[in-house]
Amino acid sequence: MKVFIYPTNSLILSDLVERFGHEPLALMAVIGKKIRTKGLDSPPINVTPEDPKLGLKYAAVEVPSGVRGRMSLFDSLLTDAEAAVIVRDPVISFGCMGCARTNELVNFLIRAKKIPLLEVDYPENEDNAKEFVYKISEFLKSLKPAEDKK
Amino acid sequence: MKKISTNENLVRIAQLSCGAEYSGIQGEIDSAVKQVHAVMVYPEVDIEDIENIEEEFGLKVASADLKLMMARAKSIVAGKVQVDAVFVATCFRCAEAAIVRSEIRRYLNEKTGIPVISYSFTERTTAGTLLTRMEALTTTARRKSLLAREKQSGLTAGIDSGSTTTKAIIMRDDKIIGKGWVPTIKVLESAEEAFNNALKEAGVGREDIQAIGTTGYGRFLLGEHFKADLIQEEITVNSKGAVYLAGTQKGSATVLDIGGMDNKAISVQDGIPGMFTMGGICAGASGRFLEMTAKRLGVKIEELGKLALSGNYQNVKMNSYCIVFGIQSLVNSLAAGSTPEDVAAAACHSVAEQLFEQQLQEIDVKEPVLMVGGTSLIEGLPKAVSELLKVKVIVPENAQYIGAVGAALLASGFISK
Repeated sequence: MKVFIYPTNSLILSDLVERFGHEPLALMAVIGKKIRTKGLDSPPINVTPEDPKLGLKYAAVEVPSGVRGRMSLFDSLLTDAEAAVIVRDPVISFGCMGCARTNELVNFLIRAKKIPLLEVDYPENEDNAKEFVYKISEFLKSLKPAEDKK
Repeated sequence: MKKISTNENLVRIAQLSCGAEYSGIQGEIDSAVKQVHAVMVYPEVDIEDIENIEEEFGLKVASADLKLMMARAKSIVAGKVQVDAVFVATCFRCAEAAIVRSEIRRYLNEKTGIPVISYSFTERTTAGTLLTRMEALTTTARRKSLLAREKQSGLTAGIDSGSTTTKAIIMRDDKIIGKGWVPTIKVLESAEEAFNNALKEAGVGREDIQAIGTTGYGRFLLGEHFKADLIQEEITVNSKGAVYLAGTQKGSATVLDIGGMDNKAISVQDGIPGMFTMGGICAGASGRFLEMTAKRLGVKIEELGKLALSGNYQNVKMNSYCIVFGIQSLVNSLAAGSTPEDVAAAACHSVAEQLFEQQLQEIDVKEPVLMVGGTSLIEGLPKAVSELLKVKVIVPENAQYIGAVGAALLASGFISK
């Protein structure tokens, strides 16, 4: 299944999803694709002033352009998500998109999709970390693997 | 067009921002910086610096990029990175970011004295919009000795090509000896006319002028045409002109200039701009709004101010600041029996209130507060600003020539070269 992860650029979550036979919907792939797009030269991540306008699909013009620009990157991930893992209150080094308002909106939209969803708190000690990985593993095992999907 | 000579020192500007790359405007920022022969730097910080910054800075925020901004500001204060100026920018309409932006600006100003500009952007922000601000920022960093000049010497001219009017000033030995003031129609022709009028009044020939300074929207075109010694944006020049004319060159001052197309609010210290903001989003907060009000009232713009002084803005209900709907409110009030005096006062209050609400949070308002530019002569406007700020507002003599005076004063620094 296509599993949305939050934080959307968490390498650890992305790796876990992959290990259990699913496709992680991670932001790195979207940004990577954008950077490799030929003919565009809008450093550092090739987001152009047109992208925040695409974000109007999710938020009105009164919402800051940085939020809408980020939302335009999330568009395909939100559309494709068949399941999701949301880590609550992660530390910055676990993965981060920089903007709290974008995070709130993305989490809300994922919850509103009514897809299989696991929400777990970011672990604060080793015991919690084991429990954290166990919960995510069990959740991912419960999902239908990508290759079995007809 | 090349804006700043590459012979000038390269200025290192630290960029502390949130959302610029996701708004698609980083390229515009870089382009504006390149045009003023500066380079953006991004102070390095450790992940621990970001995680601990809320405690150290004393401000808790939810967005990680705002924490990064605070950590970078701290890195500058700690001297871990050497920069000449700082550009603090966040998304327009983000409340959390507006608080952080303002506090970082204040923090850097108190701890370092490095010139700082703060800006809120949208995806529509262009290099052109940023250029004047970047030019002022780099000038403050690069030309401190020129800006320290307190007296005009020799025979110099200043020409200010504004969006609405063009002004020219001739100065000799620290005195204004000639003035020219014409509406801006064609940039070069209007400047020639204003300059000739000033020369005529001064009784000197063009060939006698030892140095020329140009400023305002048309400064580059005029600079080339008149072979100017100084081509300078209006933030620096107006600050200098204002404190010079008001006789307040030492210590703090605040300069407010409501222009035909945009407004400037500048915190000045010893004649050098520190923090400043330049608004240009809404015409309802500009001199154009007052021009339209005067037209609707059937009076000359010069008469609007006196009319406003005898009116009471509270007698007129304004539903909007907008140049279209706000004027409509004024028209409706007239139809409902309001007096022209009250309507004129309401128009002045509306413009002053927008300046107060949208721009003055970006700077530290310190007395004396100087109002300059043509609109400062519309008496109702300084009165409305004074009422809102609850401080005395000073309009220096020749306030409408502020840019030209500042340009003539600073240009005299080039005579010996």
